[in-house]
Amino acid sequence: MTATWTLLTLLVIAAASFPLGRARALACAGGDSCALHSLPRHYGWASVLLTLGPALVLFVLLEMTAPATPAGSLAVVACALVALAWALRRMHPGFRARQTVERGVLALLMLAACVAIATTAGIVLSMLFETQNFFAQYGWREFFLSATWAPRFQGDSDLGILPLLWGTLYISLIALVLAVPVGLFAAIYMAEYAGQRFRAIVKPGIEVLAGIPTIVYGLFALITVGPLLRDYFAQPLGLGSSGSSVMTAGLVMGIMLIPFVSSLSDDIIAQVPQSLRDGSLGLGATRSETIRQVVVPAALPGIVGAVLLAASRAIGETMIVVLGAGAAAKLNLNPFEAMTTITVKIVSQLTGDGDFAAPETLVAFALGLTLFAITLCLNVLALAIVRKYREQYE
Amino acid sequence: MSDQAARPISLLKRSGHTARRHAAEARFRTCGLGAILIGLLALAMLLASVLGSGLGAFRQTYIHLPIHLDEAALDKSGNRDPKALKKVTTISYGKVIAASLNDTVLQAGIATQGLTKDDIAGIISREAPAQVRDMVLSDTDLIGKTIQVRLLANGRIDGYLKGRITAATAARDSNVSPAQLQLADVMMERGLMSLDFNAAFLTAPDASDQRPEAAGLGVAILGSAYMMLIVLALALPIGVAASIYLEEFAPKNGLTDLIEVNISNLAAVPSIVFGILGLAIFINFAGLPHSAPVVGGLVLTLMTLPTIIIATRASLKAVPPSIRQAAQGLGASRMQAVFHHVLPLAAPGILTGAILGLAQALGETAPLLLIGMVAFVREYPGAPPEGLFDPASALPVQIYNWTQRADPAFVERASGAIIVLLAFLLFMNAGAILLRRRFERRW
Repeated sequence: MTATWTLLTLLVIAAASFPLGRARALACAGGDSCALHSLPRHYGWASVLLTLGPALVLFVLLEMTAPATPAGSLAVVACALVALAWALRRMHPGFRARQTVERGVLALLMLAACVAIATTAGIVLSMLFETQNFFAQYGWREFFLSATWAPRFQGDSDLGILPLLWGTLYISLIALVLAVPVGLFAAIYMAEYAGQRFRAIVKPGIEVLAGIPTIVYGLFALITVGPLLRDYFAQPLGLGSSGSSVMTAGLVMGIMLIPFVSSLSDDIIAQVPQSLRDGSLGLGATRSETIRQVVVPAALPGIVGAVLLAASRAIGETMIVVLGAGAAAKLNLNPFEAMTTITVKIVSQLTGDGDFAAPETLVAFALGLTLFAITLCLNVLALAIVRKYREQYE
Repeated sequence: MSDQAARPISLLKRSGHTARRHAAEARFRTCGLGAILIGLLALAMLLASVLGSGLGAFRQTYIHLPIHLDEAALDKSGNRDPKALKKVTTISYGKVIAASLNDTVLQAGIATQGLTKDDIAGIISREAPAQVRDMVLSDTDLIGKTIQVRLLANGRIDGYLKGRITAATAARDSNVSPAQLQLADVMMERGLMSLDFNAAFLTAPDASDQRPEAAGLGVAILGSAYMMLIVLALALPIGVAASIYLEEFAPKNGLTDLIEVNISNLAAVPSIVFGILGLAIFINFAGLPHSAPVVGGLVLTLMTLPTIIIATRASLKAVPPSIRQAAQGLGASRMQAVFHHVLPLAAPGILTGAILGLAQALGETAPLLLIGMVAFVREYPGAPPEGLFDPASALPVQIYNWTQRADPAFVERASGAIIVLLAFLLFMNAGAILLRRRFERRW
């Protein structure tokens, strides 16, 4: 509560400093605003910045070391008042107020841009820290090389990542087997064959799929696709009797990825120069021959990048697998069997009532770090490929 | 060559080779069309499945009943002392309601063979006594009078009238008997029971496992709204400021490259990783409360930032350099040129991007699971700013929550909640498209 009041007091002081600074500068210039270096309001803003800046820095420092003591609040307010007095002393007509303000604003803009770095650092550091705690209690060899996943509440759990990794990759593979051909063909048709009107109607339709939240896909898997696959494929074929399965999650995730693959490939195909197509068509190739032998090979690096991005999406997807894939950690080839993924286990280990210091909970951070590392590699690779490809034709 | 020389070539007749090539062309084209059809079919199936199972949530079975609020049962002292009245539990109200229902059924002359009094009372929701109790506590003068009320019917009866439960499944169900379903049929005919629009679905809080008929989205919608407020208040200014810096001022140096790389990577980081970040930093390190909209809002802000930054940069880039040059030529500083001219011209694009980012944040579930928003919350959060720290739910998390319940009636609720979620998203996206159409300028 002291913190809120301190901030409010600071705001009041800052609000007061604007007219004070402005009036002081005008008074120094004898009321003639033309004699000032900058516009009068710049002097106001400059005094606000000069007052608030040091006080806020002190406030943040104090909050980080010793949160919200009355003495600290007093110090902050005193600092603001001193800064205000000092700022007002500087408000003479020759003071370059606009430059001061703009430098302050630029610093703020830069600070905002650095939030991205802070976020990444936060992600990496928080996970590294907890992962270290985990490996202090559980051997990394068992984590990475053990093929059993059996957490127990009493402790003495087997926490091998391999079954989870297998489930993740298997589901992603099925998703990509569906999404890549369908998405690619849809993009090719849209870019090379479809007329204006067809495009105008169908393209938004496909893109709607991209805007649907993943929880909706998850429910779709749970109530429609899962039972459908179980009743018409798995049970008649004698492959399993579970509604949630690798196939269910994979197919639904594939549907989710179709618009992702198609819109990325669409962009890339559109970047292939028209002259390549014209040359091929002029030599007598049919349109499909042109596409297969000229356009797609030319766009191939970009398409590979798109597929990698889709794969990274599939690996990190959570809600579809939570609702569609099941919770049993298995190393199995049967696609109609329930399996589980890294993301599912992160959710289940962190949403329970488990002891936060126990390896059964901390393992989620190790899983998260592994997931982050895998997707980061895929993303960096994909972005590098796509960027290189773009330069090629620009 | 000898092959070709032997065969007469006619330009007028299609050779077999050409026919094969044309067939391949047709096949390829069909494949493309087929792919698009698969996509559209999937969309249609998805929407049909959600709408089909979710529309029922917007209609609810109610029992219309005169209830005699017996003074002897509800207020023994007779002096309407609010403290004493608060001590009267829902059990007493349940008995009052059961008695009234029995009377009504008898008076209407409905045959009740094979039904005990408890069976008859069982068609009323377990939530109904609480409903009546709240009514009485807010107006103590009602005690002793006979009032006409509209009570929730039990979830199984509701399911029967919506076609989810049949007499055959009821026979195997310990919670409902076929005789009760028949009673419901007769009551429907007599107008004692009706299927009405379910406004409570949008306003009521969540309900426990045994009361799917009372579960609503009120707390979830409020929680989502709070989080969207936070995302809007934080992500929009930070995102726009970061974009202005990167697009207009950033020198070409290592720091800028680092920021760029970070933004493009953050855009592709799995959302659940942001949940881990929220749990580790905001909850464990900074000590913010579990399940609070403020934590959810912060996590979603970090997640939405890349989207908003990418959109904002695109629209800043679309403003032609001549605008900046003209402003600077007339004596504006670079900062003034950006804030007075470029930013207003880019505003529609920025707003569109912000709305799309918000839509993405609204549907995000996984990170919120990790910061404890799955908890069962029945209390509405308070008004902001304190309310931002109260436990709340969120729309997508509520959906997930309901899919984990045993009673199949919750599947209907979850699908209904998805319809609400999709309606919000449709509204936001339509707004973004309209904004773009209305204000977008091309130079």
